[in-house]
Amino acid sequence: MGTTQLLFWFLSILAILGAILVVTSKNPVHSVLWLIVVFVAISGHYILLDAQFLAIVNLIVYAGAIMVLFLFVFMLMNLNADTEPQKNRWLKIAGVVTGGALLLVLVAALKKADLKAQMAEMGKGDIGLIHNLGLVLFKDYVVPFEISSVLFLSAMVGVVVIGKKAEEDKTTLGSQKYGG
Amino acid sequence: MPINYYIFLSVALFCIGVAGVLTRRNAIIIFMCVELMLNAVNLLLVAFSKMHYHAMSAAMPSAGIDAQLFVFFIMVVAAAEVSVGLAIIVMMYRNTHSIDVNFLNRLKH
Repeated sequence: MGTTQLLFWFLSILAILGAILVVTSKNPVHSVLWLIVVFVAISGHYILLDAQFLAIVNLIVYAGAIMVLFLFVFMLMNLNADTEPQKNRWLKIAGVVTGGALLLVLVAALKKADLKAQMAEMGKGDIGLIHNLGLVLFKDYVVPFEISSVLFLSAMVGVVVIGKKAEEDKTTLGSQKYGG
Repeated sequence: MPINYYIFLSVALFCIGVAGVLTRRNAIIIFMCVELMLNAVNLLLVAFSKMHYHAMSAAMPSAGIDAQLFVFFIMVVAAAEVSVGLAIIVMMYRNTHSIDVNFLNRLKH
């Protein structure tokens, strides 16, 4: 068993273990931290698959920005294990059984798929480098790239509008003061 | 590695995400499980991109590069989605002082 295979199994077990702990942790902050572990493991998989640019972007955007945003919201709301709402036991069992049944069906359907000869060979190819990705991104995909900037702008405006709306109710007292 | 391993890993992560959405009542944890499913799909896209490159690289040197750009765009959309979703959850917390999704069953009554 070579080094890449060892790394593959280590990262796979880390990802699945982290994912299970995300779902089962009582404390929401621990869930966020385990989700960061999952994202780091998935970034490791990207590096194994020679997608270096995506690995770095995944680390920066997901493990960095998005997860910090989640943590920030948790701290804003002051949530912990005591305030965590719990479903009753039968609903939890039903949820786990449903997820397990989906896993069973997908694995059973894909087990017989004729993909044995198809390999995702590691350590070969340079399509994941930023040079090659950038050339294709700014030649063939320049319109979606620009549209995504519009998407970001609209998301930003939307967040500001949503965040402001609730504040207006609270500040009616203040506006009354100015109005009177 | 054979592509099967990546398929099964992604399927396992996706199903854990589904089970998390179904078992938790905390809105933010449900949101995080959705992110987990999104990342499982991204991982599978990158693995398929590598497989496609391995099969086609002799004829086309840039085979499989599109899938990696798709993953890039999925991340872009996910970042926007997370910001809007968290804003909605914060607004819901301001109104109900809870992030329990069971408070949001008013359509039933």
